[in-house]
Amino acid sequence: MIRENPSQSSVGSGSIDPGSRFAHSVGRHVGERIIEVLLFLAAFSAVAVTIAIVAILVFESTEFFKHVSLVDFLTDTQWTIMFADKHYGVLPLLAGTLVTTTVALMLAVPVGTVTAVYLSEFANPRVREVVKPTLELLAGIPTVVYGYFALLMVTPALQWFMPDLPGFNMLGPGLVIGVMIIPYVSSVAEDAMRSVPASMREGSYAMGATRMQTSLRVVVPAATSGIVAAYILGISRAFGETMVVAVAAGQQPNFTWDPREPGATITAFIVQVALGDLPHGSLEYQSIFAVGLVLVLMTLFFNVLGHLARKRFREAY
Amino acid sequence: MVDQTDHSFSVDVASRGDIDSVQGLKAEARNLSFFYGAVQALKSVNMPVYDSRVTALIGPSGCGKSTFLRCFNRMHDLTDHTRYDGEILFHPDNVNILRKSVDPIEVRMRIGMVFQKPNPFPKSIFENVAYGLRVRGEKNRSELADRVETALRDASLWEEVSGRLDSMAFNLSGGQQQRLCIARALATGPELLLFDEPTSALDPNATANIEDLIHRLREKVTILIVTHNMQQAARVSDYTAFMYLGELIEFSDTNTVFTNPNSKQTEDYITGRYG
Repeated sequence: MIRENPSQSSVGSGSIDPGSRFAHSVGRHVGERIIEVLLFLAAFSAVAVTIAIVAILVFESTEFFKHVSLVDFLTDTQWTIMFADKHYGVLPLLAGTLVTTTVALMLAVPVGTVTAVYLSEFANPRVREVVKPTLELLAGIPTVVYGYFALLMVTPALQWFMPDLPGFNMLGPGLVIGVMIIPYVSSVAEDAMRSVPASMREGSYAMGATRMQTSLRVVVPAATSGIVAAYILGISRAFGETMVVAVAAGQQPNFTWDPREPGATITAFIVQVALGDLPHGSLEYQSIFAVGLVLVLMTLFFNVLGHLARKRFREAY
Repeated sequence: MVDQTDHSFSVDVASRGDIDSVQGLKAEARNLSFFYGAVQALKSVNMPVYDSRVTALIGPSGCGKSTFLRCFNRMHDLTDHTRYDGEILFHPDNVNILRKSVDPIEVRMRIGMVFQKPNPFPKSIFENVAYGLRVRGEKNRSELADRVETALRDASLWEEVSGRLDSMAFNLSGGQQQRLCIARALATGPELLLFDEPTSALDPNATANIEDLIHRLREKVTILIVTHNMQQAARVSDYTAFMYLGELIEFSDTNTVFTNPNSKQTEDYITGRYG
């Protein structure tokens, strides 16, 4: 090309004519950068806090494991850290956590799922408008109230059927935690079912299916990933639940799989120790970081499991 | 009233020309009106559906053709605040399928439907086709396998999927999914099959496949098809109904509607002057 195109030269040259319409773009770019950095910091703060928590847990746990071997920690069946004869086996706390969580899930999974199916597929809008907020109200009650409810109402009621049931036991609090997490399970599962496209339901009805057949054979399978996510959320909630167990299960680390016996969970132990007057840096003090780390790892495990389940069952409507 | 509608049918039948002169009725709409709340979507529609023939419903968007189609399998029962008025007589029973005492489930057992967008269920290819049989309580495995294979063959899908009946239906292409939905509808042996713009979400190749299929299926089942595409109506149907603003403007054999329509409105629509 012999002659340079004038419009091309103004774009192609490095410097921008200060009089041109492009002049302000530099200032705007800086503004955009600042906003971007601020947004990044906002998002990063949550990540930073998470990293900090895990770092502190790991650091303090290392101190703990300098005095207690990991093998003892994982295999010893006694947790008697407050007594003269000290044992540092996490199994009793782990068993307590698993027992209360299992009891809770045995109530919350069926009731939550049935509630979700009913609200999503059967309830008329007026019923739904009353039931949904009422259910969500359950989630708003402070957990300490649930704790006393378990201790003073549920356990005495259970003792009607089981006269040998001790006043402190894991069954009552487990059931109450179950009631507590029903709204989490049902509302996430219901959202998943309601987001199944109407065209899929129509396809089922058009085949001559009843409402029940459509719900159970088409809508629930289509919403599997969301329903599994609801269960995982419920498990995480039950796992981390502290007050109900601390109040009503007896705070006795007890290696048993029998929900009728008293017990303590990881969280209940942490609150017990954290509220007591233990010297900073003592082994008892450091032990709560070790069990806290166990709790975080288990919650992480369930979250990863939930993530995998979601990916496995995700449907491309 | 009834005499009058019968009379108007006979006029149509007389004007049919090249198509066989005596053809049984599978269904007929008589003074059918339909309401969404206070809005009237269909205005006293009278139309025959001839047995073992393809009838196309054409008309601009919002003319009520899909609404009309969905009256035949009572799909509107699933929506609140809807109301039918008039009747759809279904033959040979000669029963008004819109009557409250007729169970919509029974209606849908005999009148199948294929939708605009392929809507396979989150199940395997086999279970998708077996769905209708399963909800009817069929448990015999060999019976299910036979009927599924027949339906897939009838829907021209067998060759493509016979080796992977257990894989998820979502893995099929759009056109295959739509043929799967047709197989699903065919598996239960419906007497009337409703198609609601079955190719509007498909590419030209898949569309041609489905059109071939519809043309061949008329030997087995009566077909009522809603389409936006007038060439499609001309290609696949024996009869064509033109609807406008909830009214049936013209019903005749497809040749007549496209070459020598009675009504000025029909002519304007098929020549592309509006719609």
